[in-house]
Amino acid sequence: MPRLRPHHIREPRSAGFWPLLIVFGLFVLFLYGPMITIFVLSFQGPEGGLTFPLRGTSLHWFRQLAAGLGTVDIGAAFRRSLMLGTAVMLLTVVLSVLAGLAYRKKLRGGDALFFVTVASLIMPSIVVSLGIGLQFRLFDTGLKSLLGALGAETTLENYGTALGLFTSALGAHLTWTLPFGLLIMFAVFNRFNPAYEEAARDLGATPWQAFSHVVLPLIGPSIVGIGMFGFTLSWDEIARTSQAIGDVNTLPLELQGLTATVTTPAIYALGSVTTVVSLLVMGGTLAAVALLRRRASTRRPH
Amino acid sequence: MKAAPEHRHAVAAWWQAAPFALVFGLFFLLPLALVAMVSLWNFNEYELIPAFTLRNYFSIFEGCSQLTDNGDLCVTLSTYLSTLKFCLLVWAITLVLGFAVAYFLAFHVRSATLQTVLFVLCTVPFWTSNVIRMVSWVPLLGRNGLVNQSLQWLGLVDQPLEWLLFSNFSVVLAFVHLYTMFMIVPIFNSMMRIDRSLLEAASDAGASGWQTLWNVVVPLSRTGILIGSIFVITIVMGDFVTIGVMGGQQIASVGKIIQVQTSYLQFPLAAANAVILLAVVLMIIWGLTRLVDIRKEL
Repeated sequence: MPRLRPHHIREPRSAGFWPLLIVFGLFVLFLYGPMITIFVLSFQGPEGGLTFPLRGTSLHWFRQLAAGLGTVDIGAAFRRSLMLGTAVMLLTVVLSVLAGLAYRKKLRGGDALFFVTVASLIMPSIVVSLGIGLQFRLFDTGLKSLLGALGAETTLENYGTALGLFTSALGAHLTWTLPFGLLIMFAVFNRFNPAYEEAARDLGATPWQAFSHVVLPLIGPSIVGIGMFGFTLSWDEIARTSQAIGDVNTLPLELQGLTATVTTPAIYALGSVTTVVSLLVMGGTLAAVALLRRRASTRRPH
Repeated sequence: MKAAPEHRHAVAAWWQAAPFALVFGLFFLLPLALVAMVSLWNFNEYELIPAFTLRNYFSIFEGCSQLTDNGDLCVTLSTYLSTLKFCLLVWAITLVLGFAVAYFLAFHVRSATLQTVLFVLCTVPFWTSNVIRMVSWVPLLGRNGLVNQSLQWLGLVDQPLEWLLFSNFSVVLAFVHLYTMFMIVPIFNSMMRIDRSLLEAASDAGASGWQTLWNVVVPLSRTGILIGSIFVITIVMGDFVTIGVMGGQQIASVGKIIQVQTSYLQFPLAAANAVILLAVVLMIIWGLTRLVDIRKEL
């Protein structure tokens, strides 16, 4: 039988299509169904409970959330997570782009660094978390005995711990976000045509000019993507933070604690709020990528 | 002089990679080395004692050489066994489900735009909170949840089912819910690299759909399958959050033991457990890579 067919006649669907379509549809329902459920239930009326039916609709539980849940200061945890996420995002972008650029040249020890990066990605998080917590506590002990030996009594009394949001927790988050950043940079530079850069250099651009005027605009959308990975992964991180943060808590850690104690739809309201933040970041990323692409295409001479 | 600029190049590259490398040196390699070191330290109620001892490892396996009076395994072995059981079950389910979804996206969706949209649809939940995604099962699986309400309304059960939430079932369900993405992405990536003419060649040579799937698609997707498997297995082996929340804090896991010991500041014990966990995980990964290599040679 000749395999030539007129193009406008669509090939019939093969046998596996319909069962797989059903599997796929059910999978998407499985992914989103529960999330949609709690989104709806977070608008539960004041008399409503954790499950259906909805007893009216209200913003009651969002107000409860704003007033604080028990002893937990949600607002403070929210701000802490926002600050940490922003710091992680910026560092992930800068360090990944720099490292990505380094890998385009001859980088001694590059294989070893890549191996370590991948190892960090697949290392059970509890091990990393334990290690960082241990490291900072040993550092505390060492510093305290040093201060004691030096006789710096007041400094010693005021010293608490080196564990904190922007020390140990930041480091723990970076071990999780940087591998994604580097892998994205690899994917970007694998498809990157070095001819543009060479042309810039031939025209007399300095390395910095070639980077900022040629390479950066071309990889801009991917950099925004790395930033999104950095923020959203940090925003939701629990396992690596858990043993490595000290006295304060990030929002997801508070949330994890609240699952055991809060038995009202306020926890769904909190879930809706954090999910909306994640979705806003994703939407913002898509918008920024589209904008960068459009600017890149309009700037090109016609 | 050709050597000089090249040398400068190499130095510049090194400086560019240095901050990145420094983070992993300071927050990954050093902490791991400290875990290994402290696992060999002694400790009392107040402090760590930097003196070499194997006490922590011995105490973990204390009483493991024989069964307890009730005929059970010791705590450590039974915890590992239970964690491995979860691991195997979740791995099998996410592999089959992830493979099916990736296969559908890669080979049955014809428009590239639709393919991208559906792929993104599968990955969006990855960027939202895991705890929220776990909590979102409560209104469905709880005692008075939607599933129990529906089952009772249909007359299929008289009493609400108790094993739906805070049970082994809900733990596995949550794992599958959270981590199938880690299978879909690498397998989809591998499948997109398969030359479509190979499938046509197989079908022209008379292979049935299943034969093509098993003899062409599966072997050519093995890198993706391997990467996805490593992700899922390492996550489940070290997990304590999902098992904690979805198991109602009643189910033991290796990660949970480490977490509890850390919170009691029993660092040497936690570290010894972490070293053992790491050894087990590395053994599984080594086994997986061997499995794949063997297939390649056959």
